[in-house]
Amino acid sequence: MKITILLWISLALMVTALYLIFVIAPIERTMGIVQKIFYLMVPMGWLALLSFLVVFIGSILYLKKRSLRWDILSYSSAEVGVIFTTLALVTGSIWAKPAWGVWWTWEPRLTATLVLWLIYLTYFMVRSFATEESRGATFAAIVGIIGFIDIPIIVLATTLWRGLHPGALIFQGGLDPTMLLTLIISLLTFSTLYALILMQRISLKNNEVEIKRMKELSQPFN
Amino acid sequence: MENVSYVFVAFAIVWAVVFGYILLLLNRQRRLQQEIDLLKQRLEDRKGGD
Repeated sequence: MKITILLWISLALMVTALYLIFVIAPIERTMGIVQKIFYLMVPMGWLALLSFLVVFIGSILYLKKRSLRWDILSYSSAEVGVIFTTLALVTGSIWAKPAWGVWWTWEPRLTATLVLWLIYLTYFMVRSFATEESRGATFAAIVGIIGFIDIPIIVLATTLWRGLHPGALIFQGGLDPTMLLTLIISLLTFSTLYALILMQRISLKNNEVEIKRMKELSQPFN
Repeated sequence: MENVSYVFVAFAIVWAVVFGYILLLLNRQRRLQQEIDLLKQRLEDRKGGD
């Protein structure tokens, strides 16, 4: 029921966001039409951070309470997070080519985002390399907590190192009000989609656990 | 207007990946649900047989 409501909200927001991006929001004078990628790139970056914040909180709670539900939350958010971080890097690269003339540059925020992506991969690697599932979950939780150090680095990268990234523009009030509204709606759209996907992924993981439990139960009969 | 292709590619990639992932999850969910139903049925059959 919750998923269905979220799905309809997502669809409505999606249509509104696309209308605002391509019909209402003005074309930026310097960058031209390419600036529209900004409405994708920023939400992807935001979701990469949000996903890892959920991984961080879930990991702390798992280590504290040893409850499987927190591990499932962290695992699911990490999987969704790795997808959004990949998309943030890809859209960032597509933006970089016409804006800076290169597909990739070792700009502070981009580099820190790449590090976040690698942390996400490490999260899954330590899990798969562990001999026992619970040990894997513990190691992954430790990566989820330590890896969180990268989040403030990403957030503060543009102010600390004055890179080429346009992110700081939003907070300095340098954005046209219509562009800002479009960005907010776009952020809302993808945040709702994140919630929807996360709920679906948690439900899937719960079913996987349930199947494993049922198979164990049915084993003495075989 | 040559930069339109960059915008098109960026939007196409994001929406294709997001929808592809959602479809993948829904498909896996459907298969897992079928497996759960099958296992439940098997467990009940075994219990009934005892």
